[in-house]
Amino acid sequence: MMAQAPVLPRGFELPLKQRLPRIGSIDQVAVEQRAAELAKRSIKKDAKVWALELALRCCDLTTLEGQDTPGKVAALCSKAIRPDPSDPNVPSVAAVCVYPNLITPAKERLAGSGVKVASVATYFPSGQAPLDVKLRDVEDAVAMGADEIDMVIDRGAFLSGRYAKVFDEIVKVKEACGAAHLKVILEVAELGTYDNVRRASLLAMAAGGDFIKTSTGKLPGAATLPVQLVMLEAIRDVHAETGRKVGMKPAGGIRTSKNAIQYLVQVHETLGPDWLTPDLYRIGASSLVNDILMQLRKEKTGAYQSKDYFTND
Amino acid sequence: MTELDKRQDRSPVPQGWTYAPAPESTDVVRLQDRYGLYIGGEWLAAKEHFTTISPRDEAPLAEVAQASEADVHKAVAVARDAFQSWSKLPGSERAKYMFRIARILAERSREFAVLESLNGGKPIKESRDVDLPLAAAHFFYYAGWADKLEYAFPNRTPKALGVAGQIIPWNFPLLMLSWKIAPALAAGNTVVLKPAETTPLTALLFCDVLRQAELPPGVVNIVTGDGSTGAALVDADVDKIAFTGSTEVGKAIQRRLAGTGKKLTLELGGKAANIVFDDCAIDQAVEGIVNGIYFNQGHVCCAGSRLLVQESIYEPVVEKLKQRMATLRVGDPLDKNTDVGAINSREQLERIEELVAAGKEEGAEIYQPPCKLPEKGYWFAPTVFTNVAQSYRIAQEEIFGPVLSVLTFRTPDEAVEKANNTPYGLSAGVWTEKGSRILWMAQHLRAGVVWANTFNRFDPTSPFGGYKESGFGREGGLHGMEPYLDFE
Repeated sequence: MMAQAPVLPRGFELPLKQRLPRIGSIDQVAVEQRAAELAKRSIKKDAKVWALELALRCCDLTTLEGQDTPGKVAALCSKAIRPDPSDPNVPSVAAVCVYPNLITPAKERLAGSGVKVASVATYFPSGQAPLDVKLRDVEDAVAMGADEIDMVIDRGAFLSGRYAKVFDEIVKVKEACGAAHLKVILEVAELGTYDNVRRASLLAMAAGGDFIKTSTGKLPGAATLPVQLVMLEAIRDVHAETGRKVGMKPAGGIRTSKNAIQYLVQVHETLGPDWLTPDLYRIGASSLVNDILMQLRKEKTGAYQSKDYFTND
Repeated sequence: MTELDKRQDRSPVPQGWTYAPAPESTDVVRLQDRYGLYIGGEWLAAKEHFTTISPRDEAPLAEVAQASEADVHKAVAVARDAFQSWSKLPGSERAKYMFRIARILAERSREFAVLESLNGGKPIKESRDVDLPLAAAHFFYYAGWADKLEYAFPNRTPKALGVAGQIIPWNFPLLMLSWKIAPALAAGNTVVLKPAETTPLTALLFCDVLRQAELPPGVVNIVTGDGSTGAALVDADVDKIAFTGSTEVGKAIQRRLAGTGKKLTLELGGKAANIVFDDCAIDQAVEGIVNGIYFNQGHVCCAGSRLLVQESIYEPVVEKLKQRMATLRVGDPLDKNTDVGAINSREQLERIEELVAAGKEEGAEIYQPPCKLPEKGYWFAPTVFTNVAQSYRIAQEEIFGPVLSVLTFRTPDEAVEKANNTPYGLSAGVWTEKGSRILWMAQHLRAGVVWANTFNRFDPTSPFGGYKESGFGREGGLHGMEPYLDFE
């Protein structure tokens, strides 16, 4: 069924070429061990500042709540442009990620700043709606000015083995995106195994996703270091086979600078320095930003400051 | 919004992330200028000394005693005296001391880890995360057997042997000490141990632990020195020799002991096959290959030094392996981010260089990732040879360095045949997602340890030892108690 998938301008046929004759599998024990090893890297001084600033540049500052209002989003956008009002050298984040209803206020507030607007779509977070509803969701978001679309895959279809349905949906969503970048959310917490994470990653990339993303952030057990490692290895394989660079976005549960640096180390040592840019790496986060600001100020002043000195937006 | 809010010119991401040095502090280690011999719970002065250095920069660390034949005989005599009371202690009492030793090792693990890396050259992350936890775990584990010997060997009335002479290598100095001393003490023996010539310092620091634990004097004695000290120990009035080291020396010891009635266990060299099937989890297999050969600079008797790859995935495996090798961080053993440390000694470095030169000459293709090696000290870049024939020296001889030889196979039968086609038989690795194939391979491989989808994993409960010229006798687990016991 995979061989029947259409060849896309930016995609490729499944299964992968002869040299990698199979989708492959993941050894759970070994991948967790490797992730734990990499997490022990000791990143100090200049290297730490470098990583903290990069983490900030790569942030998709996110609010996805039923209680979101234009006022709340406006505050978040100001934070995105200038995370630390006391220090203009602290870089802006990559994007603000909101529900479609809040694209317009976000767009207004961010105009001219270079910070992108990302919107979730495709019946986020469950994805349990007919395809035409999902496509309409995407088209609307794009029409309202979203620069990036974060879609969810149909986990129900994936887990019941209807891979072609998942694939076709991503293809159609990608078409509906037009010029907007597409991030494909796998929702790894619902996939159950690393083998599935790898399969879903390859599927999403083959169908034309610009980024693959771990989670909606709506479930416990979102991004983990081993899950990201599995996804990075899939990205590496696709790059080796096709030359195409797909981005990575872990989301959900990354709250501390230390943790964010562990994610960056993994990218650095798995995909190499080319991926250490907001063009190819994003971190979906909200509370992480303030922890980074606190650490950055500590590196500059030598002392930790109270949380009261950092704005909650 | 104000104009101030807007940040039109988003500065580009600065290039290049280099990890800042993250050296573990050496302040925690206090060395004496000169060490004597630890005999009968006292430091005895020796006539001659030699300098022990750090292989990372060749800096001298301390003067260490060169034990003479008379010193060794004295140590053995003291151990024999101590045996009278130690062997009569109830097992639970012996266990008490051993639990204490385990706990002190765990408490002082940072100090030991730093010294191990300093004296031996291994990366601090390995001495910290592997050597020290395992060393303490061995004492904990064998302490548990001390009062249960009659249950462990029902109806066989286990009895201690007497004095055990133990000679250990330089690749895992403190860990090998634990492997040797822990079962010997649990069984009720007393010990004279000789650490390796190039790495005596953690064994000497261990004497401090023995004092702290108030182990009765003479139960453990440490004599340092070169090969002549080891030979003197083999010839001394001991009841058993336990040796870990090269096959060449092992054979010499076995010849020497023939007909003497002394018991012997040998844990010698290896040339392990790491066998990768085409249905393996490939990225994890590559990680296992790297761990198998570059762990501890390849100074591992069970290192996976022969990679056997199924031909159908030869290309991606070798390509991924080379990519992965390029990310290995070679350098200061005390830096917390170092993956591959210093070669243990000049002598070992020369041996590695000789065999690598032979490999090139024989026609194998060499790859070394670009890496800047420090100027001082002993260093060798991680190396892989492709295009290797079974007959090449690099595929036959133990290199004991970070050098991997890659061969291919087509079928499971051929993999087994090639893997077993060596005088050694210490360990092997099998990488496949197929459980039945793992079991089939394990049945057919002539190796003391077969790892499946992992490599270089150790646990005190698991017996370890060789087939053929890799030695005999087992260490670890209940099997590891047997060589230290007599049965009526």
